[in-house]
Amino acid sequence: MTTIFGVPMQALFGQLLLGLINGSFYAILSLGLAIIFGLLNIINFAHGALYMMGAFVAWMLLNYLGVNYWWALALAPLLVGAFGIVLERVLIARLYKLDHLYGLLLTFGMALIIQGLFRNYYGVSGLPYAIPPELSGGQRLPFMFLPNYRAWVVVASLAVCLATWLVIEKTKLGSYLRAATENPTLVQAFGVNVPLFLTLTYGFGVALAGFAGVLAAPIYSVNPNMGADIIIVVFAVVVIGGMGSILGSVITGFGLGLIEGLTKVFYPEASATVIFVIMVLVLLVKPAGLFGRAA
Amino acid sequence: MAEAALKTVPRASSDALLAVRGLEGWYGESHVLHGIDLDVRAGEVVTLLGRNGAGKTTTLRAIIGILARRAGSITYEGVETIGMASRNIARLGLGYVPEERGIFASLTVAENLMLPPIVKPGGMSVAEIHTLFPNLAERAGSQGTKLSGGEQQMLAIGRILRTGAKLILLDEPTEGLAPVIVQQIGRTIRELKGRGYTIVLVEQNFRFAQTLADRHVVIEQGRVVDEIANDALDANIDKLHAYLGV
Repeated sequence: MTTIFGVPMQALFGQLLLGLINGSFYAILSLGLAIIFGLLNIINFAHGALYMMGAFVAWMLLNYLGVNYWWALALAPLLVGAFGIVLERVLIARLYKLDHLYGLLLTFGMALIIQGLFRNYYGVSGLPYAIPPELSGGQRLPFMFLPNYRAWVVVASLAVCLATWLVIEKTKLGSYLRAATENPTLVQAFGVNVPLFLTLTYGFGVALAGFAGVLAAPIYSVNPNMGADIIIVVFAVVVIGGMGSILGSVITGFGLGLIEGLTKVFYPEASATVIFVIMVLVLLVKPAGLFGRAA
Repeated sequence: MAEAALKTVPRASSDALLAVRGLEGWYGESHVLHGIDLDVRAGEVVTLLGRNGAGKTTTLRAIIGILARRAGSITYEGVETIGMASRNIARLGLGYVPEERGIFASLTVAENLMLPPIVKPGGMSVAEIHTLFPNLAERAGSQGTKLSGGEQQMLAIGRILRTGAKLILLDEPTEGLAPVIVQQIGRTIRELKGRGYTIVLVEQNFRFAQTLADRHVVIEQGRVVDEIANDALDANIDKLHAYLGV
């Protein structure tokens, strides 16, 4: 068998693919966190719970209403986004004038409540969600077997991140978002309805989490704890990329997924901690993050 | 009798576009404005003069509605704005050019120019603004904050002209700029006056203000203490020096 640095090529590419898949989720989730933090100054600890909700909404749509994966991919983000808009209007909007810590505590509490509710009704053993028939099977590449669904996850995640980046950087709507992130008071003084922007931005950020949840449903089991497991890593990704940096969060998300995958091949014992070690190093050298602007 | 009844209610004179009555303002706990009274008629250029910390900038911030705590009365075209959100005040046709210019670093020059929404019909076209400030056309693709201080000031003024705002609040537009740029800003303000814009100008440099303004309102410790017509400025120069402490 062909080997690279004494590692079978099949194992190397397999882990790289796994890293890329994890990276896809890190990227979408940290992108949503970055947008929300940039404009609202809220560290959205509920992000993992809303990602989990996305997966559960897809499961419910399928099992209660017979709505298939493709419709769920569109509907679940909308429903999670709408839920986020309600949360923002009813709870989060009251905290904008207070310290970051309050937003973190509130959203952490929301995450615990949402997870608790799902645990209460669905238990923690996890629910199966089948890969849509159009994406079952895989491609036999010369060096590895590539499951179609996993390839789709990477492509869909890249497409969503790219589209989000384009909207923020290249459109009129995005210019309002960027300007309001810098100086909301002045943008408001020009006659722009900034509070509406904050609400829609939170809704969009958590819709991204819901979308990631639907993508994840056929890969990981649909489980109330799935968000809590991933969100800590995603926060490390955001810190490494730089709080509030859009492109930084996407690049860091994919990059760290790959690094995690490589670590699993070469030194599996460190694979669970490598991201946090990198976070510590980045914080020591560049406290604002790799792509962050120093305040 | 009816006339006496009217007088008990402080009302703006009918020809005032902007009427400020008994304006109080606070930054947190500190009380900064102590009853500002000010009338600005359509087409006028009025400067607010006074020492640092007298309340000139705060007055502008109160008029545009970004001073969080304010009381009293501010009417624009007869509409009471004291309780309105700043976005709704701007929508009445007010344009604000802040002292720090407020150019957005994450936006290009063109995006900065296009950012403020149109609030009233009759604003300038981008082509007209580029004629007024040719530098903005040349540097349309640059990052907003990569412009020189003078160019940033032109951008801050130019982007308001697009919106159709008829009353422009200009906070120290010449601060820290080279004399040749100050002259260009002065020409622009005169041109705007010629086009019928109404301008409230905060200015430290009264020699510059003298070349543009119809009236000068002197603010001291959050109150209007004097008003000097522009043609009486030279006759009152000693008094003005005393006010400004120069």
